[in-house]
Amino acid sequence: MDETIPELKSSAREARGWVLRMIHEAGSGHPGGSLSLVEVLVTLYSSVMRHDPDNPLWPDRDRLVLSKGHGCPILYTILAMNGYFDKDELLTLRKLGSRLQGHPSMNKTPGIDMSTGSLGQGLSAAIGMAIGARLDRRDYRTYCILGDGEIQEGQVWEAAMAASHYKVDNLCAVLDRNKLQIDGHTETIMSVDPVAPKFQAFGWNTIEVNGHDFKELLRAFKDAASVKGRPSIIIANTVKGKGVSFMEGSVKFHGKAPSDEELEQALKEVGGGEQ
Amino acid sequence: MEWKLKNMRPGFGEALVELGKKYQQVVALNADLSSSTTTHLFGKEFPERFFNCGVAEQNMMGMSAGLASTGKIVFASTFAMFATGRVYDQIRQSIAYPKLNVKIVATHAGITVGGDGASHQMHEDLALMRVLPHMTVIAPADYWETKKAVLKVAESPGPCYIRIGRTDCPLIYDESYEFNIGRADLLKDGEDVTIIAVGLMVSKALEAAEILSKEGISARVVNLSTIKPIDKRMIIGCAKRTGAIVTAEEHNMIVGMGSAVAEVLADFAPVPQRRVGIPDVFGESGESEELMRAYGLTAENIVENAKIAISMKR
Repeated sequence: MDETIPELKSSAREARGWVLRMIHEAGSGHPGGSLSLVEVLVTLYSSVMRHDPDNPLWPDRDRLVLSKGHGCPILYTILAMNGYFDKDELLTLRKLGSRLQGHPSMNKTPGIDMSTGSLGQGLSAAIGMAIGARLDRRDYRTYCILGDGEIQEGQVWEAAMAASHYKVDNLCAVLDRNKLQIDGHTETIMSVDPVAPKFQAFGWNTIEVNGHDFKELLRAFKDAASVKGRPSIIIANTVKGKGVSFMEGSVKFHGKAPSDEELEQALKEVGGGEQ
Repeated sequence: MEWKLKNMRPGFGEALVELGKKYQQVVALNADLSSSTTTHLFGKEFPERFFNCGVAEQNMMGMSAGLASTGKIVFASTFAMFATGRVYDQIRQSIAYPKLNVKIVATHAGITVGGDGASHQMHEDLALMRVLPHMTVIAPADYWETKKAVLKVAESPGPCYIRIGRTDCPLIYDESYEFNIGRADLLKDGEDVTIIAVGLMVSKALEAAEILSKEGISARVVNLSTIKPIDKRMIIGCAKRTGAIVTAEEHNMIVGMGSAVAEVLADFAPVPQRRVGIPDVFGESGESEELMRAYGLTAENIVENAKIAISMKR
């Protein structure tokens, strides 16, 4: 497992470069919450999920619902790096006629399993997929990425209750715990802590990791898959804007594209500038 | 007119059981109202494909979307109030936009909910659902049309909203009736005016036509059970033939079926139209029939509006 880590790190560098370039090219988008998710999504699509870029609708594929849909620049990047479509297409993000919408659309983009964007809805859909797998006696797993501001939505907790009620152990959520939302720190705006005990109280298996550490992520996904009878959530402690000094921990870059100068600086820092 | 009465809701529950037997992919979800919606009939036959989501409608709609994405034919059911207004964003984002195969069957629509009062009397659902792209919107007129519509929509992939009421209602059709999505049903021919109705108001429209005929006015009656996609050809034909239209619905007069008809008339065949419906107010508690009288949902009000529409012809 560990021998793949240098490759994963290299993928993460490349992915960060694309995220920055595509949002810069689009002139708008969400760099902060995309950069915090890089390692989580690289790990999932490189080492964890069963999927086939040549057959995006393969019935036995693992599903992924990006419930925090605004993080789609990194998901599009990972899909392109895996061969779902050309990397050049990434630079069409948010442009008229593009398959890469500002928030994910399952009918437009190969590899997107659920349309999202209005926060709080993805976990419910993921439960539906997990139950669908069970009904069809298929062994695919469903992953759902939640934002930490997002879990302020009430529907998330309806879904949290339902997931453990239906004992969907083929579902694994990931919380991108970057601690920032648009208006500021989550604990100032509407505190979500303590997160793990909340999910535990709802009947979930919880695993807390450094969301930028591949070794911890790989182990967490493996552990989650081995838990039976209840859903798992990996609470990934992350840094918003990870990899770019002036974006890290900055609310300003939640939903703002980098300027020309900022892009140049950011690409130097992430080391993903080479294509 | 003497009507034979039958509740619409079992038409849904029984059709759902038939569908369950026919298609392994049919699943049903409800939110703690399985007896009232009659989905308990399906639950008894197919417990493994039946999901009671508790009092959590938002999650029910999201789960429905997820299940539909795996190839299921999903029926999600609760009262119209909670099946539309409460979950409008979930329907918009998770069902309509991704065009998923979720059939929302809402019971207890309209003022005839009765005693529960305004909080439970849903008069805006047709409006909310018909403005959503990809959504098919159906308001059956009786037990048989409910049953036939539920069976039919299962064969047609994509999001769909079916609205049915709480009370026993007059039987317009029998078992031989054939329902087609998007096709209005001409129930009675006439020359002077067309009454276009949905749901419980179809029986009132037929009663109105009888009253009018005694006064020498020949009225057509059309059941426009599919509100979207709307049967333009039927509406334009009626406008050209009779030159005046009255619409009748147990729904807010704003943006309901009457407005949908007005849109077609304005675009293709402008003729005078009068709308019978719930004025732009909330309802209140009462008996179903007395509420219908209090809010103008009567044959007499249709008659009056038919005469006004006729008088407005050039």
